[in-house]
Amino acid sequence: MADFQNIIDTLIEGDQEKLLSLAQSALDEGISAKEILEKGLMAGMDIVGEKMEAEDMFIPEVLMCARAMTAVINNLLKPLLAAGDVSAAGKVIIGTVKGDLHDIGKNLVAMMLESAGFEVYNLGADILPDKYVEEIKDKNADILCMSALLTTTMPMMKVTIDAVSEAGLRDQVKVMIGGAPVSQDFAEQIGADGYASDAGSAIRLAKEIMKR
Amino acid sequence: MFIVVGERINTSRKKVQEAVANKDIQYIKDDVTRQQAAGAHYIDVNAGARIGHEKEDMEWLLKIIQETVTIPLCLDSPDPEILEMAYGMVKDRPMINSISLEKERYEAMAPFLKGKDCNVVALCMDDTGMPKNFEDVIERAKRLVKGLEDIAIDRESIFIDPLIQPISVDTSKGIMAIDSVSGIMKELPGVHTICGLSNISYGLPQRKIINRTFLSLLMYAGLDAAIIDPLDDKIMAALKTTEMLMGNDDYCVKYLKGVRAGQIVF
Repeated sequence: MADFQNIIDTLIEGDQEKLLSLAQSALDEGISAKEILEKGLMAGMDIVGEKMEAEDMFIPEVLMCARAMTAVINNLLKPLLAAGDVSAAGKVIIGTVKGDLHDIGKNLVAMMLESAGFEVYNLGADILPDKYVEEIKDKNADILCMSALLTTTMPMMKVTIDAVSEAGLRDQVKVMIGGAPVSQDFAEQIGADGYASDAGSAIRLAKEIMKR
Repeated sequence: MFIVVGERINTSRKKVQEAVANKDIQYIKDDVTRQQAAGAHYIDVNAGARIGHEKEDMEWLLKIIQETVTIPLCLDSPDPEILEMAYGMVKDRPMINSISLEKERYEAMAPFLKGKDCNVVALCMDDTGMPKNFEDVIERAKRLVKGLEDIAIDRESIFIDPLIQPISVDTSKGIMAIDSVSGIMKELPGVHTICGLSNISYGLPQRKIINRTFLSLLMYAGLDAAIIDPLDDKIMAALKTTEMLMGNDDYCVKYLKGVRAGQIVF
């Protein structure tokens, strides 16, 4: 019986060395890479997301956890995971809207979604509505995440949603938005499916939205 | 003298937005009166948050604020048309917030600024995004100063903002900002440096202690202006105390006056 709880606790502490050795022991015991990933690492990052949302954990700690998780995946698990072993929780297109170059919060959301098992396509910042549309089509995405940090670029979120509708893709993707000046009210006004105030709540929202 | 730009009149703040929406003249008057009393040298006015209402909101705010305070204003908008109107309304030489190296913004702002008598906040932002390192900031600051001097804005009227980035994401960002301020002040003599501080503490708890400690470090590096909340007693106390410690307060007079007036609190 593998001690997933120990892996989870160690991930939450962000202790990379210890996490690597625990994962190695688990592999030595014959536990599959898939199980370590899902029941250990992803389960741990779920808790990290919740703690972040509750302001029990903060960005530097979350980054430390993500770094530890990535080290285990890249050094130990990747060669052992077969294609199709892990089914993505959903496909996400994420980017900061046209005219806006802020990407710190957006990158955090991308990283957290990825560690929660989503297949994430991070387009970057200053993304034209047509680019989002093209990527949604190309990747057959389930969720579109948009960020805006300026009151002057917030309206681009609506423009992008309209472009997605015009392309006939609005029924295919759920739209999540975030960024300092953005609010739940604004999300409702522009016809987005949800608003998240931080990376932790973005994960919860993305999971919840996939069930709708 | 360290220049304090009071950041409170911004319609993205809930109470200000309500006051503007309800035409609550007294709320705005009280707020700016208190900012001036607390030691603000400029009142920043940003009316951008009620989308589609920026022009009327700016006009309304400027009219009230001008009747109320005797300090100049910092006109905060990316829209040259609104700035043109605002510039025409103010009595005293204003500060314009802001120009950057982003192509669209630069091309909109430069013709407006040409020949105007004003101070200018110039952001070290270009089309590739935030500056990545110290060298980036210095190179951008030089481009901004050159561009502004070419349209007859003299160096003493330029306030370079090196753009503070969150230390929670990258622990080298504090030193990068400190080095950037001292680099700009050394390599572009005569120019001012300004910044909003709160980005430094994004993603961390107890943000105010981070912001005000960082202000002291930046002041030592040469920062001579900041966009802050003058009604935050503690940051104003840190500011006055730092000025005193740096030898900019003869016989500690301002510090002692501040203590007696109950303004220096910890």
